[in-house]
Amino acid sequence: MEASTHALMAEGLCKRYGDTTALDGFDLAVRPGTVCGLLGPNGAGKTTAVRIFSTLLRADGGRATVAGFDVARQAAQVRYRIGLAGQQPAVDEILTGRENLEMWGRLYRLDARTARRRADELLERFGLSDAAGKRAKHYSGGMRRRLDLAASFILAPQVLFLDEPTTGLDPRNRNEVWKSVQALVAAGTTVLLTTQYLEEADRLADQIAVIDSGRVIAEGTPGELKSAIGGDRIDVVTRDAAGLAEAVRVIAQVTGAEPETDPDARRISAPVRDRIGALTGAARELAEAGVEVEDLALRRPTLDEVFLHLTGHHAAAVDPADPAGRQEVRA
Amino acid sequence: MTELLVPAMPTTPLERVRWALSDGWVVARRGLIHWVRNPVMVVYQLLWPIMMVMLFGYVFGSAMVVAGGGDYREFLMPGLFGQTVMFGLATTVMVMTTDASQGVTDRFRSMPMSQSGVVLGRSFSDMVNSVLELVILVGCGLAVGWRWHHGFGKALAAMGLLLLLRFALIWVGIYLGLIVTPEAAAAAWAPLFPLTMIANTFVSPSQMPGWLGLLAEWNPLSATVGACRELFGNPGWPGESWAAQHAVELAIAWPVVIVAIFLPLSVRRYRRLDR
Ligand SMILES: Nc1ncnc2c1ncn2[C@@H]1O[C@H](COP(=O)(O)OP(=O)(O)OP(=O)(O)O)[C@@H](O)[C@H]1O
Ligand SMILES: [Mg+2]
Repeated sequence: MEASTHALMAEGLCKRYGDTTALDGFDLAVRPGTVCGLLGPNGAGKTTAVRIFSTLLRADGGRATVAGFDVARQAAQVRYRIGLAGQQPAVDEILTGRENLEMWGRLYRLDARTARRRADELLERFGLSDAAGKRAKHYSGGMRRRLDLAASFILAPQVLFLDEPTTGLDPRNRNEVWKSVQALVAAGTTVLLTTQYLEEADRLADQIAVIDSGRVIAEGTPGELKSAIGGDRIDVVTRDAAGLAEAVRVIAQVTGAEPETDPDARRISAPVRDRIGALTGAARELAEAGVEVEDLALRRPTLDEVFLHLTGHHAAAVDPADPAGRQEVRA
Repeated sequence: MTELLVPAMPTTPLERVRWALSDGWVVARRGLIHWVRNPVMVVYQLLWPIMMVMLFGYVFGSAMVVAGGGDYREFLMPGLFGQTVMFGLATTVMVMTTDASQGVTDRFRSMPMSQSGVVLGRSFSDMVNSVLELVILVGCGLAVGWRWHHGFGKALAAMGLLLLLRFALIWVGIYLGLIVTPEAAAAAWAPLFPLTMIANTFVSPSQMPGWLGLLAEWNPLSATVGACRELFGNPGWPGESWAAQHAVELAIAWPVVIVAIFLPLSVRRYRRLDR
């Protein structure tokens, strides 16, 4: 069977809510045991896609399979093979953290003892041991999200859906989530992860699909995607406006690219290929030219810059007259 | 815990029933824990029947005349039983909408659990809840002089009819709970209140204006309450109308009709929740 070579597959998925088109010919194919990062701005259709894959929502058109099973016609088979952590944490507020995990574990058909043991393991791993006996109602936003994530990790499912899993988590817990995801993937789980952070996709994903207005507009490995948009960027903030013009000249010379300038913030930004060379070169040349610099840093491109590059428009202001065509990014 | 796990899928109908019962028990226990941990609700449910008996038995009751004669408080109690059962509908709607808005329903729906287990569990904890409410109300009734006169067996049969109506209403509650928001659920009381009054609960339909009386006669609640009065041997039975004279038959037929309509609606709605 053709579909079974992919853990996840979508062909021409469409979904409308009244006048809004949430998905508009969404295609995706994810190989087993890999992580696919679904990257896109607010309202791009990420959650809608996840909900269709996890049998919560019916598509208006197209088809999707999970582990080779059709999400519409074989929904029960699909449910036996997936884990889901939705964008909104789904926890029972009246139950304690441990009771939550035990309940979900029981509903995953674990026996009472295994469910309890598994709950304790997960509470420990997600730093909730101390709060295990507290009602989820009294959890902080980040604790709630961790409890929800823990619930989706109760079984090692064949396919795991994580909808913006680290939104609202502090760096330590974000790292813990990333490690847990990597451990599952090492064991063979396929993960579809939606995110607005390029860094997260970069760190976890084997394959990134950039989604905009309900369709995938670019697809490739993080490396391919990054080189297509010119890799990392260097930012320079000058102390005063007077030094701005001179700094632009220096950065253009060092990076060999046309820098973008934000006069209000006195910020200059340019793509770099050789990270360290650009950084040391810029520092030296700026000092020689006598430009007073407040900040000098290397950084990943932002989602907005990725968008600008791929679509020619900013993520927020979608131009319906210019439907972005699908674009394969292959280095 | 590094093995990929596919939970055992039930293969025989017997196994399916076993899983439905086991999942139902997990969900029911959750419902009961919710109830116990909500002291405001518990106190409210204890005080409400006492207040209603006081209010209707003594405040309004002192001015009430039972059509066909008899003690008003004896007439009133089956009406209050019925009203309590109807109000249970609001509880079901509220629990369902809360679950939906907190994403719990979605988690249930994305899991390999038995889909009928969710509903079984919900019904079970709601039924336990209603049994407790009825027991408290019976206690109040006995305290103010209400009695059953045709033996314990018939009294139990009357309770059975009340719970049958409650069971049917669970399906209405699940259906409504799947389509409305929690805010709308809080407003469920508004239409529910007159619905319990435009019936034979507090006054006989024969004492109402013609069109209203007709509505009251055919209210499913009137059938159950009328049947209870007949089985308990309380005053106010039978009325003159056909509906009132066939109260027991209707008290069985109405719930069956309600389930026949709302069970498939709920199942369909649950499967294709488009939120
Ligand atoms: N239940 C709904 N009713 C109406 N419109 C909806 C509904 N759910 C989503 N939409 C619309 O569909 C589009 C896609 O929404 P979706 O939630 O999939 O976006 P997203 O990529 O997950 O965004 P975010 O990053 O904000 O979570 C949006 O325009 C949204 O307004
Ligand atoms: Mg979303």
